[in-house]
Amino acid sequence: MTEPVNLFQPEPRGAHTPRPTSRSVEPQGEVEKGSVVTVQHGVVAYDDRPVLRGVSLRIDPGEVVAVLGANGSGKSTLIRSILGLVPLAAGAVTLFGTPQRRFRQWARIGYVPQRMGAGSGVPATVAEVVASGRLARRGVFRPPGRVDRAAVAEALAAVGLADRAGDPVATLSGGQQQRTLIARALAGRPELLVLDEPTAGVDSASQDAFAEALRGFVTDGGTVLLVAHELGPLAGVISRAVVVHEGTIAHDGAVPEPVGHHAAPGHDHVHPHAPEESTGMWGGRA
Amino acid sequence: MSLFQYDFMIRALVGALVIGLAAPALGVYLVQRRMSLIGDGVGHVALTGVGVGLLLDQSPVLTAVIVAAVAAVAIELIRERGRTSGDVALAMLFYGGIAGGVMLVGLSGSRSNANLMAYLFGSLTTTSPEDLVVIVVLAAVVLTTMVALRPALFAICHDEEYARVSGLPVRALNLLLAVTTAVTVTIAMRAVGLLLISALMVVPVATAQLVTRGFLGTMLAAMGLGLLASGSGVWLAGTANTALGATIVILAIALFLVVSVGVAVRRALARRRAVPGPEPHVEPCDVVLDSARRTTPDAAPTAGPVPVDLETPHRTAVRR
Repeated sequence: MTEPVNLFQPEPRGAHTPRPTSRSVEPQGEVEKGSVVTVQHGVVAYDDRPVLRGVSLRIDPGEVVAVLGANGSGKSTLIRSILGLVPLAAGAVTLFGTPQRRFRQWARIGYVPQRMGAGSGVPATVAEVVASGRLARRGVFRPPGRVDRAAVAEALAAVGLADRAGDPVATLSGGQQQRTLIARALAGRPELLVLDEPTAGVDSASQDAFAEALRGFVTDGGTVLLVAHELGPLAGVISRAVVVHEGTIAHDGAVPEPVGHHAAPGHDHVHPHAPEESTGMWGGRA
Repeated sequence: MSLFQYDFMIRALVGALVIGLAAPALGVYLVQRRMSLIGDGVGHVALTGVGVGLLLDQSPVLTAVIVAAVAAVAIELIRERGRTSGDVALAMLFYGGIAGGVMLVGLSGSRSNANLMAYLFGSLTTTSPEDLVVIVVLAAVVLTTMVALRPALFAICHDEEYARVSGLPVRALNLLLAVTTAVTVTIAMRAVGLLLISALMVVPVATAQLVTRGFLGTMLAAMGLGLLASGSGVWLAGTANTALGATIVILAIALFLVVSVGVAVRRALARRRAVPGPEPHVEPCDVVLDSARRTTPDAAPTAGPVPVDLETPHRTAVRR
């Protein structure tokens, strides 16, 4: 294993797509100015069944926001609508101050889905999957270069999978596959990480390593938006919690105080095998 | 070898080789996104294009490319919606395509039966030098596109949502794959025939992935196998005087069977030879089984120091 590398440094300017310093977008309202993500009165419905009912949210640079909520509360739908994977029935989303429909600088966002895609019979190596994370920066037509290979190697080292680079992803454990997806997002050196249940089904050693990586990312000015049903070792990194309940935001602010046993000092919040519907983070509610 | 003293055999060999190389290069993406039979469907519809061409006295290859491309784009748009009714819509397209083709070819004149067989099952030996140029040029275009755009095409086939969040032109790339499928089907129509095209796209990939570990490896191995099957197919068909398309497909399937058996034998031998070596590094278990913890609370079966909380009342072993 190579020594720990800090891959959360922003990409050197001019390495690939230069990051515009002063974006000349149309005049914007006060709400979007300086924000990383805003959602204004977002409504999402699947077949006329409302999932989000007028949600408003603003995330500023450097924040680490956890979206919490029970299963089916709409928390995954919220981040999927922010990314444009689910269309809004009403309302508006902006990313880095730009309306989502016109947003093109996707390299600034690193997305970690809940699990590896359904997959197929064709094998793919860990390095091949992680290399996909460079496409947002490189574009479709440019072949991968030295910068890309270095970024892939660093991302793999950061999640502790450098020695598995040539192995087929199908042979990895669930925790290792999740780490592969995180490496894929990190390989693009994003400014905003969006993670959908990043620690679900991940062994606690991976969770701790992941919390450490996240802390480094935040220290270097990164912004994080993650969905979780339980924070575990991430609790110390989270700066703000948004609780979604039945399609609306029930709480927005400090991470809800855990009660009972969870409040004991030194309790490390590791529940790698807690059931999905366990007593919640927020006040022992089932 | 006297077989290749005839120009038409040389042309058949060149045509078969370029198609044997290009079809699996496209097929690896189709297999990856579980659309192995799309080539078959587009092939059915291409027959309508052949019928249109014969009826209008135009080049059947040209009209087949156009009709197949329109059909492939339609199939892609139906797939994109992801509705279950798409399945039925595809069936309509396939059977409508082949029925329309048979009717139109029948309307076009007396020599239709031989023609129909040539398009359904291939007739590379009747390829003219002009046809061969078209086949080689289009195959080169398909091959270049599939190799040059591999990272992007791999990304959309492996995880379409992630590709979308990466800002890739997902729809354009999907349509590119669809049109490329139509082009490949139409040029391969002369070699293996519309009903056997899918085999040349899918079987070499299926064979390659028995032994490969990565996507690029699978792609290259499949192209090699396609080359081998089509090259030896031309030789065998010429020697044994069998139908060329069918011979190529049978050889490709024979290769698959040989490799399958080889892999199975190797595994069996490895298992027999296996001796208990040093303990392999095992990824820490996602769950700690209750029974295991009750008996050995201090020795959690993990590699690192894992904080285990024995007092939490609601802990259960959950398989994810």
